[in-house]
Amino acid sequence: MSELTLTVMRLGFLAVLWLFVIVAVQVIRSDLFGTKMTGRATTTARRGGNPTTARQSSAAAAPQQRQQAPAQQPRQRRGAPTHLVITQGSLAGTTVALQGQTITLGRAHDSTIVLDDDYASSRHARIYPDQSAGAWVVEDTGSTNGTFLDNARLTGPSPLQPGSAIRIGRTVIELRK
Amino acid sequence: MTTVESRAVACAPQGPAPVRRNTELSLLVFAALVPVLAYAETGLAMDGRLPAGMLGYGLGLGSFVLLAHLSVRRFAPHADPLMLPIAALLNGLGLVFIWRLDKARELHPNYPAAQNQLLWSGLGIALFIVVMARLKDYRRLQRYTYLSGFAALVLLAVPAFFPVRAGDFGARIWIHLDGFSIQPGEFVKILLPVFFSGFLMVKRDALALASRRLLGLYLPRGRDLGPIVVVWTLSLLILVFETDLGTSVLFFGIFVVMLYVATERTSWVLFGVLMAGLGFWAVAHTEGHVRGRIDEWLHPLAAAPGAGVGQIGQALFALGSGGALGTGLGQGHSWLIGFAAKSDFILGTIGEETGVTGVIAVLVLYGLLAERGLRTALAARDPFGKLLAVGLSAAFALQVFIVAGGVTGAIPLTGMTLPFVAQGGSSVITNWALVAVLLKISDLARRPAPGEPLQPGTQP
Repeated sequence: MSELTLTVMRLGFLAVLWLFVIVAVQVIRSDLFGTKMTGRATTTARRGGNPTTARQSSAAAAPQQRQQAPAQQPRQRRGAPTHLVITQGSLAGTTVALQGQTITLGRAHDSTIVLDDDYASSRHARIYPDQSAGAWVVEDTGSTNGTFLDNARLTGPSPLQPGSAIRIGRTVIELRK
Repeated sequence: MTTVESRAVACAPQGPAPVRRNTELSLLVFAALVPVLAYAETGLAMDGRLPAGMLGYGLGLGSFVLLAHLSVRRFAPHADPLMLPIAALLNGLGLVFIWRLDKARELHPNYPAAQNQLLWSGLGIALFIVVMARLKDYRRLQRYTYLSGFAALVLLAVPAFFPVRAGDFGARIWIHLDGFSIQPGEFVKILLPVFFSGFLMVKRDALALASRRLLGLYLPRGRDLGPIVVVWTLSLLILVFETDLGTSVLFFGIFVVMLYVATERTSWVLFGVLMAGLGFWAVAHTEGHVRGRIDEWLHPLAAAPGAGVGQIGQALFALGSGGALGTGLGQGHSWLIGFAAKSDFILGTIGEETGVTGVIAVLVLYGLLAERGLRTALAARDPFGKLLAVGLSAAFALQVFIVAGGVTGAIPLTGMTLPFVAQGGSSVITNWALVAVLLKISDLARRPAPGEPLQPGTQP
């Protein structure tokens, strides 16, 4: 056998071996961040339903969430934000799927996201889709301590960019794709 | 309000959860093709032509793992998709390397080994299928807690009562029946985690909570120390009477890992490491066999008078001459590793012929297999399954560490087989059964519970 063939086979074998490792890692990755969750969420959305998805199974946080009537049902565009994630505060880890309906935040029990936060008002803020702008908008609903978008206190309705952080008291909420 | 309606939607069936059996099948095809490629390369390099038995080996192992895959489809449809392909790939690579060493020279003992190894792999996969089919619910193993503990002790003790044979290289871990030998200690790798998980499930609260705080450490009560002392003594007894360092480290290691997982107390790990260190220090000073191993680890290149370097030195030279990319399959000089080249030192051959790139790939595969085991433990819903999955993964990972560390000179060498790769019938069979039990646990862990809402936490 020629030297060249053997060298090619030697390197080829190593490449194939590592390819297997990479494929295996990809399988693990798709297992972790698979399309499973979003698939379910969109199925539910099409059926006109259930806005909240609590990934955290902590019994304390989850049962407080209430469903909100889907007031409007705009079609979801591709790449549009699909959920809110609570990144800090007592509800940290909870996600709420966005289905085109207004989401209210506050200590009041009928809020979409019931904030268990000493610095939150009963009706603190709301997040709603603005049809004309084609974006989600956050608005302070007369809270005592204010709502902060990226460290600036809200004075009127402001459009939300994915990844920007809304802070209410000790709770931080982010819009994610 | 549409609340009622949306509740009804949440409870409606949402289609089957992804079972990922097709992913497993495609990975398995991949895993069967890689050894065939390796086989062809070895044959081309050594004989200049494609080896005659290429289809035989490829199809042989391929059909075995296909049967295993079908049994998973039938009996554990939700199981993890990665464990079976990784095990199949490691087993296939092992077959190629053993076959390659067979060709190199008639290495002593048992030649040819590759056919036997293929046969043992077939038996291992048969046992895999039996476990898949017969073990309906792994939680039933809990009933056999003390039985499996007793069986493990018997299996560990049996070789000590058999006459020692010249070919055993110091360790008395084999039972010789006419024609072949079995290593009962290998089966202990499954029995012990069953015993420990059953035992710790009952005792873990006492071990975790009833402790005094001293210097920031939680010291266990004297009476809770009982089991750890018993296990420690037993592992030292194995070491003394059978001079088998590997099994006793494995034995003790599994226990400490499971104790830590069950109680979440770091102090148990500290205790375990301290006691192990103390015991081995004492044994190393009294037992010549163990002391010899430590000397060879400290001075691997010290040549014995009239002979070359010792076995670790040979393995280090093999790894060194492999370099980054290796000499290529079939082009190394692995027969220069005079001792146990096909079993304990097979990592030396892998290192010489595929280089550090290949060795790391193999170690990553072991790591992935262990990771899937631990992942199964995280996902398992019952404490027994969690502990069992942790114990089995720990047994597997510890064995790889012990033998790979020994061959590369990181820790003193102990006689253990590299799981799935090294020659050794008992080892291959046990590892296939171990993967089968892990897959069973994973099947139950990943299966959606009947009637469970698929979006937890949405109901007020």
